[in-house]
Parts: sequence; C-alpha cells; structure tokens
Amino acid sequence: MSITLTPNIPDPDGFYDELLKAHEGLNDTDSQALNARLILILANHIGDRQMLRAALRAAR
Amino acid sequence: MPDPRYQTAKTLYPYRKVADQNTPARRHPVVVVGAGPVGLALALDLGQRGTPVLVLDDHEGPGLGSKAICFAKRTLDIAHRLGAAAPMMDKGVIWNVGRVFYGDGQLFSFDLQPEEGHRHPAFINLQQPYFEQFLFEAIVAARHAGAPIEIRGANRVTGLVSHADHAVLDVETLDGSYQVAADYLVACDGARSPLRDMLGLGFEGRVFEDNFLIADVKMKADFPTERWFWFEPPFKDAGQSALLHKQPDDIWRIDFQLGWNIDRAKELEPARIRARVDAMLSAQTGQVPSYDLEWTSIYTFQCRRMQSFRQNRVFFAGDSAHQVSPFGARGANSGLQDAENLAWKLDMVLKGEADMALLDTYATEREFAADENILNSSRATDFMTPKAPISRVFRNAVLDLAKDHPFARPLVNSGRLSVPCTYDGFGPDALDGPVQSRPGSVCPDAPVENGFLLDLLDGQFRVLVIGDLPVARVRAPVTTITRPDPLLATRYLGNAAAAVYLIRPDQHIVARWPMFDPNAIEAALNTALCKG
Ligand SMILES: Cc1cc2nc3c(=O)[nH]c(=O)nc-3n(C[C@H](O)[C@H](O)[C@H](O)COP(=O)(O)OP(=O)(O)OC[C@H]3O[C@@H](n4cnc5c(N)ncnc54)[C@H](O)[C@@H]3O)c2cc1C
Repeated sequence: MSITLTPNIPDPDGFYDELLKAHEGLNDTDSQALNARLILILANHIGDRQMLRAALRAAR
Repeated sequence: MPDPRYQTAKTLYPYRKVADQNTPARRHPVVVVGAGPVGLALALDLGQRGTPVLVLDDHEGPGLGSKAICFAKRTLDIAHRLGAAAPMMDKGVIWNVGRVFYGDGQLFSFDLQPEEGHRHPAFINLQQPYFEQFLFEAIVAARHAGAPIEIRGANRVTGLVSHADHAVLDVETLDGSYQVAADYLVACDGARSPLRDMLGLGFEGRVFEDNFLIADVKMKADFPTERWFWFEPPFKDAGQSALLHKQPDDIWRIDFQLGWNIDRAKELEPARIRARVDAMLSAQTGQVPSYDLEWTSIYTFQCRRMQSFRQNRVFFAGDSAHQVSPFGARGANSGLQDAENLAWKLDMVLKGEADMALLDTYATEREFAADENILNSSRATDFMTPKAPISRVFRNAVLDLAKDHPFARPLVNSGRLSVPCTYDGFGPDALDGPVQSRPGSVCPDAPVENGFLLDLLDGQFRVLVIGDLPVARVRAPVTTITRPDPLLATRYLGNAAAAVYLIRPDQHIVARWPMFDPNAIEAALNTALCKG
C-alpha cells in the first residue's frame, strides 16, 4: 500500500475549519506545540514506517 | 618514576622491578597497554586461552572517582565466561523502578521486570573501581591456575614504533627506561590514548557543547532504590536535565546537565553543589535527607572514533578507539565487547589455527559497532539537548504527550541501554528462525538443564543442535539439546522443529540450518575464520 495523496477526507471544509479552530486563541508558541503533538499522534496512528517516510517525503 | 596523572582508588598491581628491564627488548606475543576495564578483560580472556599476555599500566590500580556505574547484561555475560561476574552480581545494585519527570511533575514511571530465562539482569549499577578490581581478582585466580598473565604497574609507555610484523615500546619506570617488543600490541590506554598520538592517528567526531556536573553522595538514611530522570528540572540552577540513581555502599549518583557557558570553578564549590543536591533530593518529599558529598566532578562529552582500529600489528580497543557520551552506558560496555572480539582472534592466529586476515574482522566489526553506539548516544544527546528550535518543540511535545499517552513514552530518550550489535552479513541463514537469533547476533541466553545456555558456549567455536537430529563429526565440538526448554525453543526454533547453529567463541551466531549438514558447517567455519 502507498500513502494516500488523493482526496480522502469527507467534508474537507468542515475538517479544515476544525483544524483552524483547534488553534484559536493560541499564541505562536502554543500553536507550534499543538502542531507537534498532532503530528506525533497521527504518526503513531499510522505506525507504518514506510508510510511515514513517504509522508515526510511528500511534505518536503 | 612516572608521576601519577590521577589518584587511584586502591593498589592492585604495585610496581616491581623485573628482569626485562636490564635486557634488550624482549619479544612478547601480546602486549596490552592500559589496565582499565578493557585491558584487564582482554588479558584475562587471552590468558585463560593460554596465550601469554603482558599488561603495562602507568598506575598501580583503578582511578578514584566517578566513572562508569552502569554495566549491561552483555558485559555480565562476558564477565561470567571469564569467571568474574559472581562478585559483580553480589556487590552490584539492581533497580527496577524508574521515574521520568518533566518540570515539576512526574510523567510516568516504569518497572523493569527482568526478562525470564536469562542468567543476568539487563544491567547492574557498580562503581568502576569495583568492576576493575573484580576483573583483576579473576586474573589473580586464573594466574594461580596457570594462565600466563603478567601486569606491570607504574610502567608508562612513552614511545612506540610500529613495524610491519611487530611493535617496539619505550617504557618508563622508577628504575629508568627499557624497551618491550610485541608481536601484537593492543592499545587499551583510554580516550586520551598516548599510543594513538604516538602513531599520529586522528580521533574525529563531535563534541557536545555541554557540561555535566557529577556528584556521588552518600546517604545516611534510607532513600528509594529508583532511577529518577528529570527533563527541565524545576529546582534552582539544576540545568537542562538531572539524573539520580543508586550505586552500592549507599551512594547515589547525581548528574546535572549544566550547559556550555559555565564557570567550572564556581560550579564545583561544595556549597553550590549542595544547594542543587538539596533541591533535587527534597523535590519529592519536601525534606532534605542527610548526606555526604563523596566525589564531584565536571565532564564534557564527545562522540568520536578512530577511522581504523588497526595499524599493522597495533590494535585499538575501548575508549582509545571510540568515545561516546555516557547516555546509554556504552563506553565500558562496548569496550568489553571489543576485548571479547579481539581475544579469540589473536589467540587463534597466534596458535596458527586461523590466518592473519581474521584480525581485520576485529577492526571492521568493532568499527561498525562503534558507529552504532555513537549513533545511539548522539540520538539520546539530541533528545536531551535539542539543537534547533523545532527539535525542542518536538521534544517537548513528546514529553507533554507522554504523561497521558503511553504511545509517546518509547520516544522519550534519556539514553538507550547498551546492547550488543548484530554483525550483518554472517550466514547462511537457512532456517526460517526467530529474528533475535539470526546470524550475526549474539546468542540470547535461555534456560537449559541445571543452568543457562551461555554456560555451554565456553569460548570456542561450537555447533549447537536443538532437537532430535542425526549429527556427524565436524571440526568444532557439538552440543545437543534434544528437548529444549520452551523459552529456548522460542528464542532459537520459532516455528522450526529442529535447528543447527554454528556459534563463534564470542557467542555470536555464524550461521544456522534446519539440518545437520557437515559440509555446510565446515564451509561456514572456514568463512568465519577467513579461510579460502
Ligand atoms: C562520568 C562518566 C560516566 C560513565 N558511565 C559509564 C557507564 O555507566 N557505563 C559504561 O559502560 N561506561 C561509562 N563510562 C565510560 C567508561 O568509564 C569508559 O568507557 C571506560 O573506562 C573505558 O575503559 P578503557 O579500559 O578503554 O580505558 P580507561 O578506563 O581509560 O583505562 C586506560 C588505562 O590506560 C592507562 N594508560 C594511559 N596511558 C598510558 C601509558 N602511556 N602507559 C601505560 N598506561 C597508560 C591508564 O592509566 C588507564 O589505567 C563513563 C565515563 C564517565 C567519564
């Protein structure tokens, strides 16, 4: 299986909104910290090292 | 008289004048320079194999003060084969409960239950001078049993000429200088290795811009036998991290990570150290227990290694060849593996049982191991002291998550304990067997009747047959375990019904098969000995 880079999130606008809302009221530092926690949580959920490597590659 | 460069904890090998000092350079099969943990282990191993070994050290015993305290399972297994582990286990401290703190809160605690079916625990805490003393006592015992081991204390090597087929040393003593020649020379002379400098060889790597204040304190009352590690300790002036763990004799080791720009003299003032220690020890209970400061010192750490661990007949082992930051306790522990790797190879080459090419594998294998240790220890250092701002963001995110979410705990890195490396490229691996016992790895221990498997692997090449298989004669002795303990079966058979393992003298697995094929075994043996 390869990493999904085609649309996969139902209700994209709704998700995007939730993502921004999660940062509401946070200063830059706290926002960065939240992002880092989020990345770690999602990475752990994926688990598969090959998939994670592909994601890192796609992000860079 | 060579002036002592440091104070010794005890005198083990006092200076004695010997006949060599009045004769032209006498040639020895193996000369080891340095009677630290690595030189002593190497001498003991060689001597027990019957190969004469001369050890030169410019002091008369182990250095006083805070060095290694964490000795890992593999080290204990090696020491056991050499007959030195029992007093280490008696004296050493085993702790199970560890706590990780971040700021003023506890993130999590863990209980290290020993894995079932191994003779030794994952590690013990023991002061390095004891470790060296117990190795030395095993040398004395081996010598009584006929092992040709000689240690010359207060003999300082001041010159070295490396020839294609031997090396010549200048040695300085109380009674003047003399020369010693060696067929094989092993430099176990520590991180500052004068021998490395004498050959003009480099020692490249990375200096971590950090200072660690180490305080060994003697508690006068009970204090829990636990390991406490703080990230960003809340108490005043404690630095970036702090660590506390127990040693024998009611001594606790405390490390404070102070950062780079510090005033060393000021930080070493006892009153200042006591203020830090008070704050740490009272952090959990609000009360300062009564204690004495036994030893204090400030260290900086580096990760570096020599490009090649061999030049002509000169070998480098232990800290002289590689240096790591102490997180994960990989210094002495990996040095012991160097010694074990080199001992049997030198012995077999000197006895004409293997070709000289075997000695090259010492360098390649242990250089590979050093890289692995440096990698592990650099990763721990990068977690503890994040370099880029974003590294700190991720590091702190891991710590924040670790409190509530177990998934983040394995990412917390305050040092990964030293485990032996697996030399890839051994084989064949013709058994569809467990990963942990694949060729290249060190044999996992397991219970056997009246003891443990590693006891049967006594320092020579050996064929281990597990299960009921017809066997034949081969060049190496064969040990058969017809009905394996379930733990042994899990570690060596997996789904296979039976297995044949070829095992090196250092207990690394050469190859494995589902059946006993004498030709395959002979061929693997030749490969392992670099023949043909
Ligand atoms: C604070 C601290 C904590 C540590 N904690 C751990 C730990 O928990 N676990 C671990 O495994 N490691 C640890 N280490 C590392 C460990 O102490 C070293 O890796 C270990 O001492 C290396 O052993 P060695 O035999 O290679 O060298 P050394 O112990 O340095 O011995 C070298 C010997 O050579 C002698 N010598 C030097 N020059 C000459 C000469 N010219 N002629 C004759 N003799 C000479 C010296 O006097 C010395 O006896 C720690 C180190 C420090 C500083």
